[in-house]
Amino acid sequence: MTAQTLAPVLTTRWPHQPHVLANYERLDGYEGLRRALRGTPDDLVDLVKQSGLRGRGGAGFPTGLKWSFLPRNDGSGSSAKPHYLVINADEGEPGTCKDLPLMMVDPHSLLEGVIITAYAIRANRAFIYVRGEAVHAARRLRQAVRDATAASYLGRNILGSGFDLDVVVHAGAGAYICGEETALLESLEGFRGQPRLKPPFPATHGLYASPTVVNNVETIASVPFIVRHGADWFKSMGSEKSPGPKIYSISGHVKHPGQYECELGVTLRQLLELAGGVRAGRFLKFWTPGGSSTPYFTAEHLDVPLDFEGAAAAGSMLGTTAIMVFDETTCIVGATLRFIEFYAHESCGKCTPCREGNYWMEQVLHRLEAGAGTEEDLTTLLDTCDNIFGRSFCALGDGATSSVMSSIKYFRDEYIDHVRQGRCPLGNGAAAAHAAPSTAQARHVLQTGRSDMIVQGVH
Amino acid sequence: MSGGSVANTDVKNSPSQKLPARIPLDAAALVDDAQAIIARYPAGRERSALLPMLHLVQSAQGYVSADGIGFCAQQLNLTRAEVAAVATFYTMYKRRPTGQYLVSVCTNTLCGVLGGQRSYDELSKELGVGHNETTADGSITLEHAECLAACDYAPVMTVNYEYFDHVDAEKAGEIVTQLRSGQQPHPDRGAPLCSFKQISRQLAGFDEFSGTEFSGTELSDTDEASGDAAQEPTLAGNRRADSASGAGGRA
Repeated sequence: MTAQTLAPVLTTRWPHQPHVLANYERLDGYEGLRRALRGTPDDLVDLVKQSGLRGRGGAGFPTGLKWSFLPRNDGSGSSAKPHYLVINADEGEPGTCKDLPLMMVDPHSLLEGVIITAYAIRANRAFIYVRGEAVHAARRLRQAVRDATAASYLGRNILGSGFDLDVVVHAGAGAYICGEETALLESLEGFRGQPRLKPPFPATHGLYASPTVVNNVETIASVPFIVRHGADWFKSMGSEKSPGPKIYSISGHVKHPGQYECELGVTLRQLLELAGGVRAGRFLKFWTPGGSSTPYFTAEHLDVPLDFEGAAAAGSMLGTTAIMVFDETTCIVGATLRFIEFYAHESCGKCTPCREGNYWMEQVLHRLEAGAGTEEDLTTLLDTCDNIFGRSFCALGDGATSSVMSSIKYFRDEYIDHVRQGRCPLGNGAAAAHAAPSTAQARHVLQTGRSDMIVQGVH
Repeated sequence: MSGGSVANTDVKNSPSQKLPARIPLDAAALVDDAQAIIARYPAGRERSALLPMLHLVQSAQGYVSADGIGFCAQQLNLTRAEVAAVATFYTMYKRRPTGQYLVSVCTNTLCGVLGGQRSYDELSKELGVGHNETTADGSITLEHAECLAACDYAPVMTVNYEYFDHVDAEKAGEIVTQLRSGQQPHPDRGAPLCSFKQISRQLAGFDEFSGTEFSGTELSDTDEASGDAAQEPTLAGNRRADSASGAGGRA
């Protein structure tokens, strides 16, 4: 009964064209807003605190707690600064593809969450910072804003409550770093997207140096459901410290890639059952639990509960629950090189460890992939990681080290094979798809003993 | 991330490459739109309008020219250096005239492994251009893109940022051939294709077309004719849940 693993909440409306307002309303849309406006802002902050909702953008910070850091005034006094809500919709972490479909398919669910959250934190302006390339999502959001305004869910005196809110959909211009919340704020203010020193934190000095909440799309889209069904309902899903449902995005070498919403704490084994297993005749080699910034897992981690605590205890991170699955035809050195090329390209250049470290790791990995590296290169890579991790200005640098360190930890033999054979043992690029598993990979499968029907594709 | 002065943002062409003719910036025609962008942000916070305004000047010329930088500086009371510093930070602001269609092939790890790299390589060979270069007829600018956040549809590519899903080298070649022959293949999700300049206008936050290059192109994305955003990978979980409840559950 694998389908019982599913826990559709945020995704329930998706098959029913909910970007059309009438469809959204027919499916209880904006009911959460009506209920929220009957209570006080502080009631909402307390409710979300009680629900245990944690940020869905990767860091997992408790959402209600974040909201409670804002000064509890209405921002209208002569000395008080206005409050702002900023939605981080700059989805670009490699592997991550949950927020864009949510905004394209069900933009009102985000918007309803935005209105409720703005009411809770006493903000009269909200910005949705959408990744520039995501034109489809931005278009749908702008249409949703127009439709919601016409229906009095937005604008002046929302549903007769006296609460006013303007929402602006703001498109970025191609910079992964703007997913970091303070870089996003810099960008939204019209500057280069480089992170700010914290503290002070956005809760007191955010957008325009004013009290600001920055939250991820999926986090905010969860709020209307919590308002409608209550904190206890939310906590009935997931684990004690990581409650609620979560959209897991499975991609790569699986039979049915896609979005699978499950309770937090689901395992890869369960998710692979849903996704039809690894493609036919192949074996699971490695996977990311939450995007390219989370250390790789292997077949020995099939039963790790994928919640914040479970992923961390097993040596990785939950991240964005972007599960990229790679089978034995994928060269670990080539895959890691691609990720480091990405970080080297996207490093904002502000701090030396990240800017220089990624630049040099890219060179070293190129050499290794081409079979021209040395065993000492592995030491160089690990040393470089040591100088980036914890020494960078923001999490981009830390994230870059994940794939390098974990690939050497689990697949050192394959790096060494590149050095000793003077070439990629799998053949580079396109040829990789036809290559036989290397001895290191075969050994790995034997050691873990996980070559069952789930891991192995069904013929 | 290369730095650059205003002068650097203008064109340095390789001699072998004929680029699309440059159009002078009609600043007067952009003032109303620029003011509309500024009005979206709180009073005294006009600088927030800079990113959308750079998209706006790109919509007029197909790239961010020195004139475009000057226009933004004037509208926002900034120096040209301040504007150029921002324009050169972001990948989507093009520093040379861009073709009618920007073809972006994801070659990050996942798409790359699934065939994106091969698609990019073959397109590059076929078109005779490399990364960020434009075909001699001005129709196509090719780029290899970082993750386009559609990994469940991998390998993907976009044309003027609209998605084409499950694109192998053959499909990529067909799409580009159609584009070059004046056809407009419909994206697998999203609205009908428009030109690079028109999509830049959308990025500036304007959904209506002005001066359409393709008459009859509808931008409205609220009806079903515009290409459904929710296809199989998006609905994978829903389908699985349905089949379980409909058939009384399945193993």
